[in-house]
Amino acid sequence: MTNIESILNKISAGESSIRSVTEHAIESAEKLNESLNTFLQIDKEGALKRADELDSSNEEQSLRGIPIAIKDNICVKGLQASCGSKILGVYHPPYNATAIERLKSAGAIVIGKTNQDEFAMGSSNENSAFGTVKNPWDTTRVPGGSSGGSAVAVASGVVPVSLGSETGGSVRQPASLCGITGLKPTYGRISRYGLVAFASSLDQIAIFGSNSRDIAAVLKVVAGRDTHDATTADVPVPDYLGEMTGDIKGMRIGVPRELFGEGLDEEVKASVEKGIENYRDLGAEIVDIELPHAKYCIAVYYIIATAEASSNLARFDGVRYGYRTPEARDLRETYRVTRDEGFGAEVKRRIMLGTYVLSSGYYDAYYLKAQKVRTLIKQDFEKAFTVCDAIITPTSPSTAFKIGEKSDDPLAMYLSDIYTCTANLAGIPGISIPCGLSDEGLPIGLQLVGKNWSENTLLKLGDAYERAFPLNAKPKVFAE
Amino acid sequence: MPITEKDVAHIAKLAHLEITEKELKSFTPQMAQIVSYVEQLNSLDTSDVEPSLGGLTPEGKATESARDDIPQESLGQSLALDQAPDPNSGHFRVPKVL
Repeated sequence: MTNIESILNKISAGESSIRSVTEHAIESAEKLNESLNTFLQIDKEGALKRADELDSSNEEQSLRGIPIAIKDNICVKGLQASCGSKILGVYHPPYNATAIERLKSAGAIVIGKTNQDEFAMGSSNENSAFGTVKNPWDTTRVPGGSSGGSAVAVASGVVPVSLGSETGGSVRQPASLCGITGLKPTYGRISRYGLVAFASSLDQIAIFGSNSRDIAAVLKVVAGRDTHDATTADVPVPDYLGEMTGDIKGMRIGVPRELFGEGLDEEVKASVEKGIENYRDLGAEIVDIELPHAKYCIAVYYIIATAEASSNLARFDGVRYGYRTPEARDLRETYRVTRDEGFGAEVKRRIMLGTYVLSSGYYDAYYLKAQKVRTLIKQDFEKAFTVCDAIITPTSPSTAFKIGEKSDDPLAMYLSDIYTCTANLAGIPGISIPCGLSDEGLPIGLQLVGKNWSENTLLKLGDAYERAFPLNAKPKVFAE
Repeated sequence: MPITEKDVAHIAKLAHLEITEKELKSFTPQMAQIVSYVEQLNSLDTSDVEPSLGGLTPEGKATESARDDIPQESLGQSLALDQAPDPNSGHFRVPKVL
């Protein structure tokens, strides 16, 4: 599967029916699932039915016939929503998320639900209750997380675009590790109605694409105010594609030099440095900036995210939906044993950390303190954006690591998010685009973050780079 | 103050989580390590800083308004109970409370 524009062109020129595009995506998904474990559910019947309906209509739609994969924590009516967890393994939501309603109205076809870290908690996909997703560039390595399945669905050529979700980098980091493009929009840009909550002051639906143009086409459809989600803002949705001229002359890109030091893999550093020079060659002005509080982001993030998660995940108690243990004698035991059997180790660890930081006597020391440092992180960005349009960093400190390499060391795993989670804390948008390959042939991504509602700027910068410096390499496992 | 096994067992109880002896042994040092990592924030003076409670942008705050209280169609009883592990006569049935 190539990109949205080429699929739309083939369909409109009569070279392919929507049915044949859909069949191809489903066949690739089924075939590659054996080696990559990307999908938790493939909706062959529903997707083909929808394809036939679209083939027999002439309605003009911006995503007409485009196959899309959806992370399993976003509700699609008629399909499962397990969140990668045993506790919701059998759950089928009775409604569509707003983003899904909008995609369907625009003609997109949901071909399946993708694997993920349980409740979006993880940076490697090893926390899924349904097995680890494999990186198509090297199947002994992780795809990143938590939206690993949605990343691999695009990277392995099954679909041109997919939806994931971000709380601390869960789309940008796997995009980087899988050699594709991933965008986390501004907080309030895309409705979260129908996205299962993890940490409500951070969560956003986010988008993977084979390039920035694909993401722009999807963002245009799903962005905007929704009365079902009070956090969505009434901000106009620009013509993203129209602004992507490839001309970025005079745009200012800020470089926080202090983030290019300790803990950063040398190859990643060299590749992103080259990316900065490439942007200079394209006519961008490179300026030095400072983000003095960025180094505290993991500490702030793991207080706020776990606190909010401990509260959000209280709803999984075996009463109204999902799994319930058959083993309990009374109600209290039903809660405890259901949650013990239903949740995996990382989810339990985070619920307990969150419970701890919110517990009596600790609120001011941890949660309130973290929210104050969050303000300092936001202020750093506000100051930086007075002198630049976007800020460039690596997306991840390393390339894809081996399956099992960090799974026993939660803190080492958390540090994978060091470049991404500042944008979630500040609410600002960020994009990861491929900028090179390591000596071992693993993808490296660079990240650009911008001020609130500047997705158009980030997509324009991403598109200009992809046009001038395309990756020109494919993963070992790729749909024919 | 370092986190002890006793603390972890207490937290699990507060969180309605049954944890095994084995989990207690692995979670305690892991949680102690993470808590000691996050305590680096104490090195920052934040006495004059307002907390960022919530994630809203100024534009997002502008839409934060109560809607009029007009009854609308809801999910309905049968759909609401459709995914329950043990529905009974229009209710969620649970094991005995006391």
